[in-house]
Amino acid sequence: MFAHFDFQAIVHALPYLFEQGLVFTLTLTILSAIGGLILGTALALVRIGGGPVLATIATGYVNLMRTLPLVLVIFWFYFMVPYIGQWLLHAPRPIKVGGFSSALLTFVMFEAAYFSEIMRGGIQSVARGQYAAGLALGMTGAQAMRYIVLPQVLRTMLPVLLTQTIVLFQDTSLVYVLSLTDFLGAASKIAQRDGRLVEMYCFAALVYFAICFLASLAVRRLQSRVAIIR
Amino acid sequence: MNYHWNWGIFWDASPEGGGTYADMLVSGLRITLAVSVLAWVIALGMGSAVGVLRSLPNPWLRRLANTYIELLRNVPLLVQLFLWYFVLPEVVPEAWGDWLKSLRDAPFYTAVIGLGLFMSARVAVQIATGIAALPRGQMAAGLALGFTLPQTYRYVILPNAFRVVLPPLTSETINTIKNSSVALTIGLAELTARARAIQEFSFQVFEAFTAATLIYLAINTIATVLMRLLERRMRVPGYGAK
Repeated sequence: MFAHFDFQAIVHALPYLFEQGLVFTLTLTILSAIGGLILGTALALVRIGGGPVLATIATGYVNLMRTLPLVLVIFWFYFMVPYIGQWLLHAPRPIKVGGFSSALLTFVMFEAAYFSEIMRGGIQSVARGQYAAGLALGMTGAQAMRYIVLPQVLRTMLPVLLTQTIVLFQDTSLVYVLSLTDFLGAASKIAQRDGRLVEMYCFAALVYFAICFLASLAVRRLQSRVAIIR
Repeated sequence: MNYHWNWGIFWDASPEGGGTYADMLVSGLRITLAVSVLAWVIALGMGSAVGVLRSLPNPWLRRLANTYIELLRNVPLLVQLFLWYFVLPEVVPEAWGDWLKSLRDAPFYTAVIGLGLFMSARVAVQIATGIAALPRGQMAAGLALGFTLPQTYRYVILPNAFRVVLPPLTSETINTIKNSSVALTIGLAELTARARAIQEFSFQVFEAFTAATLIYLAINTIATVLMRLLERRMRVPGYGAK
């Protein structure tokens, strides 16, 4: 069974796996989560108070993203962004976009749809009277959102947002289809170079498991703390 | 944009021979549907069993169920597929490994089992949550009437719990269809893989992806409508969803 399991192969690969691979994966996850949260909040606000035309467009966008497989969306952006860049910059030919930028843009646009659903649920769960009270105090609508509603939404929805970020962390492994060197990509490259598929894929699974399991335990603890506040 | 649109591409013969590009999409759609349906059967079966285990009074069975769920939930689907596809044949006895490697439709079986087990952890969580959401009195009433524990589950708890979890199961159905595309990484020629192949053969990337997008929209809409119909048929008047 595991008689030929070569731990040395893993040890030799550690620097590459972590310094190249995991750093790439974590950077992509964190930047996508921040970008996705900002864009997702904007989408949620547009859907709630952006007028019928904009709200319909935002809803359509969110539903479209949520219906499509992430792999297909990754391909879409990978091939489409160079043409959009060309059109925006009036360049003579499609611009070159790096793998990381393409992946980052994809995950921001894709995750925004999921974050916007979370934020929309959160905004609607804040009592309407609070927003009205803000207006009555002379705040503009934007101010009431910014200073009264959104801080509460972020707080109560934090566990859900973090759980979605763990899903995002797992999903970043799909940049494999663009042959990028994320954590799984790094493991896979070594696995194929050295013929060590068993060691590399088992180790990759273990690392993903450890990170996601510990992170979800932490989120659960956070959840029990946040729950008391309301 | 100096992209040359050619929507007629789908009626051109594909270089694979024996059909048009449209035929390639249809064959991809068939595989996507077959994998999704079979994986969904596994996910529902295993998921229900593990979900029930998780709700039982015995702490060891609960721990077993939780371990199953955490293992399958915290490893990305892509990594799980690689484990089944590349690692499993190497770590089982050699004769079995050789047999696995010689299977002609190995990517198909791997996708069905890998995706099915991956989704079963999510289904299990939904089922366990649905059971926990039922009033405690239902279980007590069942037992008080002289039902055994299995009978209480069969006739009281599960019929109610399944009705409670039907809406979240709808989104898991859609997730199964969407996630089947991940299997293109182990060489399964499903819908997304076929769209990608059309792009590689013909360079008509946007036509190919638009077609795939519309097909996914269509099958996911149909799946949602079917699940809604099922919800309506299963509804007990005056109970559950408002």
